[in-house]
Amino acid sequence: MAGKPTRDGFGEALLEIGKTNENIFVLTGDLADSTRAELFGKQWPDRFVNVGISESDMIGIATGLALSGKVVFACSFGCFVTTRPNDQIRVSVCYNNHGYGNLNVKIVGTHNGITTGPDGATAQAMEDIATMRVLPGMTVVVPADAVEAKKATIAVANYPGPVYLRLGRYAAPIVTQEGDPFEVGKANRIRTGNDVSIIACGLMVGEAIEAASRLSQEGIDASVINLHTVKPLDGQTLLEEARRTGAVVTAEEHQVNGGMGGAVAEFLGRSRAVPMEMVAVQDTFGESGAERELQEKYGLTAKEIVAAARKAIARKRGGLG
Amino acid sequence: MDRLSAGELKRLGWQVRRDVLIMLEHAGSGHPGGSLSAVEILTSLYYNKLRHDPRNPNWEARDRFVLSKGHCCPVLYTVLAYRGFFPKEELMTFRRLGSRLQGHTYRGVPGVEVSTGSLGQGLSVANGMAIAAKHGKKDSRVYCLIGDGEMDEGQIWEAAMTASFRKLDNLCCIVDKNQVQQNGLTRVIKDLDPVPDKWRACGWHVIEVDGHDAVQVTKAYDEAETVKSKPSVVIANTIKGKGVSFMELNHQWHGKTPNKTELEAALKELDAAMGVK
Repeated sequence: MAGKPTRDGFGEALLEIGKTNENIFVLTGDLADSTRAELFGKQWPDRFVNVGISESDMIGIATGLALSGKVVFACSFGCFVTTRPNDQIRVSVCYNNHGYGNLNVKIVGTHNGITTGPDGATAQAMEDIATMRVLPGMTVVVPADAVEAKKATIAVANYPGPVYLRLGRYAAPIVTQEGDPFEVGKANRIRTGNDVSIIACGLMVGEAIEAASRLSQEGIDASVINLHTVKPLDGQTLLEEARRTGAVVTAEEHQVNGGMGGAVAEFLGRSRAVPMEMVAVQDTFGESGAERELQEKYGLTAKEIVAAARKAIARKRGGLG
Repeated sequence: MDRLSAGELKRLGWQVRRDVLIMLEHAGSGHPGGSLSAVEILTSLYYNKLRHDPRNPNWEARDRFVLSKGHCCPVLYTVLAYRGFFPKEELMTFRRLGSRLQGHTYRGVPGVEVSTGSLGQGLSVANGMAIAAKHGKKDSRVYCLIGDGEMDEGQIWEAAMTASFRKLDNLCCIVDKNQVQQNGLTRVIKDLDPVPDKWRACGWHVIEVDGHDAVQVTKAYDEAETVKSKPSVVIANTIKGKGVSFMELNHQWHGKTPNKTELEAALKELDAAMGVK
């Protein structure tokens, strides 16, 4: 499968929406090239601000522009644009959105997950979904590949209120189709099965598809859901899956605590508790290495999803309780 | 706009101080010290300078005011009520369940532009508003009030450097230099003096005034408006708790409200200073 980073899909989308929507502003904190924000900046320099290495100020500027009616994309590495200015996002962005629901600050984090690669632990944001989804009024979108990232960016520009868009630098395989629909808050079902539901986001959607194909060779019939929107959660699709298969596996390139799997567990625990396994990073930091090596070392491949699926099915049947 | 005279401003300051203290005693919690130090900064702004329309708070061509030191909302709410953004009686709902008048500056109150409460963030938001106004070729000005203790926050200096580099001459920051922060005198906790030099070094036009002389403060706003290619900062030298002797320069009154007896004593002092029996 040909690979392309989700940040590239984002950059292409900016060039499209910049043309038709004169309210779009793009900000970055000295990472115009890495985030692909520079594509927009070269085209529309009067709607582009490189704030310098000052992410807190960038989030405040984004808020001031949004309060003045603009739709603002604030772009940096995931770690620098979520966990570092977390209080600015909480108070300046989310609290000013509170009661209105229309403060259009779109926070864009590239370089998320273990596949940020050789830069090592500090740059490999794996806490961003957790810290963003807990904020009142924040929407969280995690595209599976560059094709979906482009559609997601366009959708996010038109979606009211603060949004966190999680992207990556790794040239991940393209696993969605140009013609696939993309609606914020509506999960995409890639495959329907009866034995286990694999719920994945981001890079792990591709791994989930591969895992389902391996499982089918063992006679296990797995669903694959691309849960590209972690918040608001598509409860209807999750409930349908839990009812039909009675066993769930989540897969994400993020800490096991508080991420997409956590969101699914919170929901199913309250609505239809079924055996559930979570493929994610196990409460640790990453390290330098090649992308694929890191995926393998930290257990983020189809292999771990297959094992988790077997375990969830066994628990459903009472084998492991 | 018809401007208030020195005498009218003095009387207005007296009334605002009274109402801020009455409101705080009624609420039973809140921040008197930094509200009392900012009275003239706000009265001169809202009566002699700011382009606004209380009947149309979202008027496109209005000037913007950001209260970055969000805990000092009692004085802002009071001045907004005086100007007719909402009924004055509502001040007595401050900090009560269901009230719009939240304990820290809240955008849901008519006339409030930005919710604040976590120090250091307002000047960056003001930067964004100033950039938007310039981009739209609008002549709206943006004012932002910060505290001197608030300047401990690094984000203030990120914002200060952005504003000068971006030549935001439609932005005017006011420092309420009341010399006291929550745990004591600013010169003891983290001495930032000489403050004017720090702003000059960041590329700002600096105006120093007696922050309790509303006429001087008004003139500073006028001067700021004439400065081109750089933002202006008004360093308002003030006294935390101004007007009530037992509150002045006493950090204990940063976040404590007067009881009934203390309120009576405070009002008596304010009235005496105004020559009112």
